Amino acid sequence: MNSLKKIMGFFWMTLAPIVIYLLIRAAIQNIDSTGTKDINKPVPWIIIITIFTPIAIGLMIFGYYSLKGEYDHLPESSDDL
Amino acid sequence: MVLSDGKGIGKVIFSSSLGTLIEWYDFYIFGMLAKTISIQFFPEGNDTAALLSTLAIFAAGFLVRPFGALVFGRLGDMIGRKSTFLFTLVLMGGSTFLIGLIPGYRTIGIAAPLLVLLLRLIQGLALGGEYGGAATYVAEHSPTNRRGYYTSWIQTTATLGLFVALGVIMLVKSNMSDASFTSEWGGWRYPFWISILLVIVSIYIRLKMSESPLYSKLKKEGKASLNPLKESFGNKANFKMVLLALFGAVMGQGVVWYTGQFYAQSFLENTVKIEFMQNREIMLWGIGLATPFFLVFGALSDRIGRKWIMLSGMLLGVIFYRPIFNTFLKDTNIKEWKKMEGDATPTIISKEILKVDSLPIDHVLATVTHSKIKWQSQQGTGFTETRADTILNVGATPGVTKEDSKPVFTDKKLSSPMKWKFILLVFVMILFVTMAYAPIAAFLVELFPTRIRYTSMSLPYHIGNGVFGGLVPFIATLLSASSPTDPLVGLWYPILIAALCVVIGTFYLTNKIDKNIND
Repeated sequence: MNSLKKIMGFFWMTLAPIVIYLLIRAAIQNIDSTGTKDINKPVPWIIIITIFTPIAIGLMIFGYYSLKGEYDHLPESSDDL
Repeated sequence: MVLSDGKGIGKVIFSSSLGTLIEWYDFYIFGMLAKTISIQFFPEGNDTAALLSTLAIFAAGFLVRPFGALVFGRLGDMIGRKSTFLFTLVLMGGSTFLIGLIPGYRTIGIAAPLLVLLLRLIQGLALGGEYGGAATYVAEHSPTNRRGYYTSWIQTTATLGLFVALGVIMLVKSNMSDASFTSEWGGWRYPFWISILLVIVSIYIRLKMSESPLYSKLKKEGKASLNPLKESFGNKANFKMVLLALFGAVMGQGVVWYTGQFYAQSFLENTVKIEFMQNREIMLWGIGLATPFFLVFGALSDRIGRKWIMLSGMLLGVIFYRPIFNTFLKDTNIKEWKKMEGDATPTIISKEILKVDSLPIDHVLATVTHSKIKWQSQQGTGFTETRADTILNVGATPGVTKEDSKPVFTDKKLSSPMKWKFILLVFVMILFVTMAYAPIAAFLVELFPTRIRYTSMSLPYHIGNGVFGGLVPFIATLLSASSPTDPLVGLWYPILIAALCVVIGTFYLTNKIDKNIND
């Protein structure tokens, strides 16, 4: 199980930049001054990319911790935190 | 000290849940009345108003809610749970009431949308601080073997808030004409004004409550955190649990919650085109019947652990969302309705010619008749058909009629058996919500120590629900734009996020219940 978590850790680390890349690409493709939907406006994209970037960084850190075996044993009590 | 006697804990649960329910109610009525609010405060054709409207929708949920979690989570860990979630209630209730008092754009111009935006942001901030406080407060009063059950009362509030908001709006709307409801000082403001009464009652009840016993003990011993943000997110051991909570549980729960309760309603209204009141009726029954299951799964989580109940709710969503939404579409296919025989055969009950255009098509004079036809069957089904038929006139010769190949069907009314089938399907989706959501408060509380519990659990909760859940309609529109022929394409986002969460949760989470949260 722990070795599987390490392999998945690598996957999470890779997934994070892919998500941000896809969001930026979707923003470029959909922002359109003639469009009327929310996906055509720049403001929602700015907000979403702003909030998703730290989340994606969090996913990378999660993957890194997983790769390093930090999740092999979860804390038993708050004293371990 | 925990409260194990029924009366004491009952009072704690009631006072905490009532306030949280009111906060959800306040937050929802704005979203549910968005169309009317938009007409009154954000008129079309004004770029600044449009920008403010977008900010009000996106910034309140995505940016301000997690920020509120940080601000009030920190306060809750530094000065106490009681005062903090009392303050969030005042902020939420006050801003909701004030939204109901702002004159429309036509009266005070750009000040109207600016004020609405400001108050909506305050609402988002308050919501970000409320839930963590209420969940922590109840959990810290509960005995270990009932923590899941007692905190599941808090979990019912988000759904009940939606239920009450839907009910109040329906009640007001059914007692007046559309014009009276949507006018500048019309009925749409009543749900906002009602909020102040609910908030006053809730504040009165909450003022009589005492501080959480675990937090009081901590404070007395001088062990309360001086910098909860640093301890929560700067301490690696705790931060990795925050990340695990987000990616292994709350992210999936957020999308399941949003899909079952909001996306279903908007899909039935905008894609399936069910008539307004019947759509609300279906949602109200589905939600009402499923709500007790929050308590069932909360109690069950005390016996068998939190993990597998939450992950099962998400997995069932992954498996059944597409078949359920596909059934909504298939069962309301008008071509099939028109083929039905006997009492189910729809017949025309009225036909209104909207306009007639005469225009040349391929050197031939054509007459295009736009009409609105109402159909109804004896079984109770009905719909409105809007179509544009073309008659090509060659000289004085009677023309050839070209029927509209893509008529638009709206205001679909389901027969009673079909309505109950839809209620059952909505009920099933809310059941997934109750599985994923009921144990989450106890699960989060048990993950973090008392001194930084409010801060540590609030942030992943509001990112999971506010950001991942709140993005469901936006991503659905995005996916529909890239694949317009598939009406179910929008479901891939919640399905993928929930599936990802099931994988992470399965491999990384433990099913063990933390017996001692007094640390």
